[in-house]
Amino acid sequence: MSKALPLRRRTDWVGILFAVALTVVILVPMLVVITWSFANVWRFPSVLPQQFGLKFWQMTLARSDVWSAFGLSLTLSAVVTAISAAICLPAAYAFARMEFPGRNVLFFSFLAGQAFPKFGLLVAIAAIFLQLNLIATFWGVVLIQLVGTLLFMIWIPVAAFQAVDRRMEEAARDAGAGPLRVFWSITLPQASPTIFSAILLSFVGTFYETEGAWLIGAPQIRTMPVLMISFINNQPVIQYGAVLSVLLWIPSLIALVFTRRVVNSGSFARGFGG
Amino acid sequence: MSKLTIAEVSKAFSTTRAVDSFSLEVADGELVCLLGPSGSGKSTLLRMIGGFETPTSGEIRIDGEDVTRLPPERRPTGMVFQSHALWTHMNVFNNIAFGLKLRRLPAVEIRQKVEKVLDLVGLAGYGKRHVTQLSGGQQQRVALARSLVLEPKILLLDEPFASLDQHLRERLREEVRDIQQRLGITTLFVTHGQDEALALADRIVVMRDGKTEQADRPEMVYREPATPFVAGFIGSMNLVSGQVADGVFTHSAFRLQVSASPGSALLAVRPEALDIAPANAGQGMAAIHRVTDFGINAVVDLSLPDGTRLKANVPDARAWQVGQPVDLVPRAFALYRDDKILLRS
Ligand SMILES: Nc1ncnc2c1ncn2[C@@H]1O[C@H](COP(=O)(O)OP(=O)(O)OP(=O)(O)O)[C@@H](O)[C@H]1O
Ligand SMILES: [Mg+2]
Repeated sequence: MSKALPLRRRTDWVGILFAVALTVVILVPMLVVITWSFANVWRFPSVLPQQFGLKFWQMTLARSDVWSAFGLSLTLSAVVTAISAAICLPAAYAFARMEFPGRNVLFFSFLAGQAFPKFGLLVAIAAIFLQLNLIATFWGVVLIQLVGTLLFMIWIPVAAFQAVDRRMEEAARDAGAGPLRVFWSITLPQASPTIFSAILLSFVGTFYETEGAWLIGAPQIRTMPVLMISFINNQPVIQYGAVLSVLLWIPSLIALVFTRRVVNSGSFARGFGG
Repeated sequence: MSKLTIAEVSKAFSTTRAVDSFSLEVADGELVCLLGPSGSGKSTLLRMIGGFETPTSGEIRIDGEDVTRLPPERRPTGMVFQSHALWTHMNVFNNIAFGLKLRRLPAVEIRQKVEKVLDLVGLAGYGKRHVTQLSGGQQQRVALARSLVLEPKILLLDEPFASLDQHLRERLREEVRDIQQRLGITTLFVTHGQDEALALADRIVVMRDGKTEQADRPEMVYREPATPFVAGFIGSMNLVSGQVADGVFTHSAFRLQVSASPGSALLAVRPEALDIAPANAGQGMAAIHRVTDFGINAVVDLSLPDGTRLKANVPDARAWQVGQPVDLVPRAFALYRDDKILLRS
């Protein structure tokens, strides 16, 4: 009998390098920011803050403008995402399933809109909004942020709808469902895991959107990111910014938890016919 | 009492004429198999009956009512797809109950109907199962149940068992036949397996290039194929083209007395109707090329002097040797000219 040579496990250097890089780029700054938010006093040469505490949390959370900005940002994101879904999902379905003149041109125009620097476009829109009295209004900001969600709220769902087996839709028609019912009961649930991720992206993206919100919304409409910028500009106290940053991460965390739920519930596998 | 009438139906796609002026009447409770090579328009025809394609011209009637322009949801047809097309986000019960719920039946009645149809397809108690947890055969049964539960006037099946293995396919087609006869449901069954068609059908429609080649009872399609295409498509068949002159059909050394007018002709002989006899003298008509023993019978491969190959069934392999010269004696044959039958004996 031949003696089996012990297999030497090869170290996965690439993996380790990747993990380290990820940690350095994402986790370290996050930790630093979190530490800052809990530092009452932290002066230069010290590696750790001289004094931990909730001072700046209390000061920040005591401000009514923070709370109203937080509420406003959540409302804005929800409204923008809802409207975007109502517009984009049927449009995506049309792109995925129907042939109509100008289909391809229209489809790629969404990409083109995203390929150019946005600021110029924003300024042009701002000029139009000024005429329409939409500057510094809630719906003005909704409109401008809506534009930002169009790309992935169309492109991702189009891919999702195209992946749905047409025979399934035909079988539903055969069973007596009209086209709308088929969309609602068959196509949408089949595509839902992918569409859910598009909605999540839209929500989080809108929450963090700054340029449009600032340009159209200022000064009355102050979202979280806009408020943070003005905080940092007005008071060069790092802790304020740190506390606000941590607050800003909340939607991302909620989104992550949701994603985990969806993935774990196995509806991903079902949705993809696995 | 449901009768299906297809009158002069055509379907042209941009590049092809998939169905070409096709007509067919299917009687109440009849099971008709559509048989034909790939691309002959079987699926297209079925999809037009189900409402998934609109005919370019022609009319489709169910019980006399014109349904040609109705969408699928308003037709009394039920379709079973090759790829089962079950909804993977629902369990078995909900797949079957979907159409019943659309019809707003009371929940109790829905449950009763679903249980009954699950029992019918041999899946009693499977309602709570997820469709992805079923085997391929079980999935096709659910697909069948999903159509049957809505009590369609016309049942349409498009190669429903093509993706299953031979054994399962045979069992399921027996079951489908049983169910179809028990319910007396008018059925159109697409297949390109000739044994499937021969085993199932009340009537076989052989299609080619979107047209009917022959529509007849299975034994007739087998015994009396109307065209050389059908002759060659169903079962095993020797086809030999030759010349008729002075009452004799000739191809190479093969000669056969026929009472036909002179001209070119195509001879069709089934291997089981082709007898061979040791040549009386010299070369004979053909030489034995190979003998394949199947135990209960044997197949002899014959070679004419010009290289043409023929097959003959013989009862006993041991009576024949490779290379042996033989004469050919067809017991039954058909002669075709210009794609039409000329003579049958
Ligand atoms: N949507 C379509 N667009 C263009 N051509 C089509 C379309 N559907 C079918 N065809 C063409 O019509 C012809 C008939 O196709 P069909 O699917 O009806 O054949 P079939 O008899 O069902 O073949 P198979 O046994 O392979 O399923 C083929 O030449 C096919 O390429
Ligand atoms: Mg087909």
